[in-house]
Amino acid sequence: MLEIKNLKVGIYGKEVLKGVSLTIPDGETHVLFGPNGSGKTSLLMTVMGYPQYKITGGSIMFNGRELNSMPIDERAMLGIGMFFQRPPSIKGIKLSDITEIIKAKSGTRMDPAVAAKALNLEYLMPRDINNGFSGGEIKRSELMQLFAQKPAFMMFDEPESGVDIENMKLIGSKIRNLLERDVDKTQRTKSSLIITHTGYILDYADADYGYTLLDGVIKCRHDARKLFEDIQHNGFRECDECLNTK
Amino acid sequence: MSEYKIEVEAKDREKIERAGINLDENNRSGSFMMANGTVSHVTMRQEGIEMLSIQKAMEKYPWLNEKMWTLVNKDKDEFTRDAYADTQSGYFIKVSKGVKAYMPFQACFFVKQDRFKQKVHNMIFLEEGSFLHIINGCAAASYLAEGSHIGVTEMFVGKDATLMYTMIHDWAKNVEVRPRSAIRVEEGGTYISNYIALRDTKITQMFPVADLAGRGAVAKFNSLILAPEGSIYDTGARVMLNAENTHAEIISRTVSNGGDIIARGKLEGNAPNVYAHLECDGLMLKDKGLISAIPELDTRFKDVNMSHEAAIGKIDEEQILYLMSRGIPKAEAISAIVSGFMDVKLFGLPPALEEEIKKNLKSLEGGGM
Repeated sequence: MLEIKNLKVGIYGKEVLKGVSLTIPDGETHVLFGPNGSGKTSLLMTVMGYPQYKITGGSIMFNGRELNSMPIDERAMLGIGMFFQRPPSIKGIKLSDITEIIKAKSGTRMDPAVAAKALNLEYLMPRDINNGFSGGEIKRSELMQLFAQKPAFMMFDEPESGVDIENMKLIGSKIRNLLERDVDKTQRTKSSLIITHTGYILDYADADYGYTLLDGVIKCRHDARKLFEDIQHNGFRECDECLNTK
Repeated sequence: MSEYKIEVEAKDREKIERAGINLDENNRSGSFMMANGTVSHVTMRQEGIEMLSIQKAMEKYPWLNEKMWTLVNKDKDEFTRDAYADTQSGYFIKVSKGVKAYMPFQACFFVKQDRFKQKVHNMIFLEEGSFLHIINGCAAASYLAEGSHIGVTEMFVGKDATLMYTMIHDWAKNVEVRPRSAIRVEEGGTYISNYIALRDTKITQMFPVADLAGRGAVAKFNSLILAPEGSIYDTGARVMLNAENTHAEIISRTVSNGGDIIARGKLEGNAPNVYAHLECDGLMLKDKGLISAIPELDTRFKDVNMSHEAAIGKIDEEQILYLMSRGIPKAEAISAIVSGFMDVKLFGLPPALEEEIKKNLKSLEGGGM
């Protein structure tokens, strides 16, 4: 279970999260909506432990352990995983290399050859990671790495950005797979937090709850599908008012 | 096969093997071994290739004397003069017309006696249409307090012949190393140099010169250098593109882990329609040491294509954090990135040798990087 309490975060001296609280129990998938610059990516990067994001207040707890000052790699080993929107390319490190390393570190029993086939990545396995990858290829490579790591809690930063319809189907169904959405609700162990602009991912990973993040503060917590429909009709202004009238 | 085995003292074995030498001679067409000033092993199993110690070759071939010191000027500097005045040995190798060696030939130069000054002269001849890959493994004993190596090598690459010349250095903290190499490549011939040095030296200084004398001749110099603290690598290459349609590339990947690296490259377009490219990429791991990239391009002709790229920096923090986010500790992430940067795939080596070098790079992990 992930518990964030009154989290305040600054980056390069500017406050980007101004007291965020949310709880994601095991087995649940939550979705984060919000306009550009509202702090969504900052929240994910802070939970992952990126050092540019300085915690100035509040706490992040994962399965009862405080993460606030824990290095990134230790968080990953605790079972936190990230699906990056724009990961860096690394020359000389092949996708197959990194998959093997992650697999060894996490002790998972996945078969990279089978996963590569399922993700339509076979031809990319011998290439340097993310080097010249297209939008869809980056997403599939990120999924490959998550399958090798099998984290208990996964964060997805706009999994549908830059992806065509055909890729979306593949990526969406694999995310559904990772999140155990086909498993009976009471049996699910994986949890996640997903940033989405388009909401397409909801067609695959039927989320339990949705939030809107506006200017570094969570303004609304609601059924994910309903919240998305509201935002589509009324924009984010409505959310702002909705909470203010509460 | 046991009669081919190269005998060395057990304590020296690891060092020699790390320099790319297979003591069981597996996957090698022949071997030459020189420890201090003495030649201890000479074998050649490939038909059409003759390999002798330089003294024996001079007795057998009177013409050899005429060829020696034609590519390297004996008065080049004090070190070269020293090697001229007192050559201990070296190898002579001649590949007959059209002969293509199915496996690399290996030559080992080993310094193990304290304060020994090893002085070597090698002569290499590839006749028309022939092919050979030479692996030079040069090392010093780990217990050596002080020593030096001066190696003169003159290489004649005939018409349409290809010489791949791989040099792996694994010297020691107080050893001075000064190879003096020169290459002449005839029409349609190709010379490829691969240089790998990942460990200590006091100073390794070399600036081989290739003369692309015939139309369509090609020279490529690739190097991977990692300079630990206290080491100086002053290396590079000069290619004279003296004939039309010649082609030259100098590519270096250098990493300073506190040591000094000067990566030089000089390309001279002395004929029209030549192509020349120079690429120096450097990575600084500490606020200590030096990387200096010195690329030079010269020409007097308008129809040439000559370029260079040089970039020096530190490891991209985003790459480290990305690997860490997958559960890889920081130190491991850094060494994986450095090994990736020193990409041995660039060389197009035989797979077995590529694996050996990769293993070598891996063994540096956790070595203070």
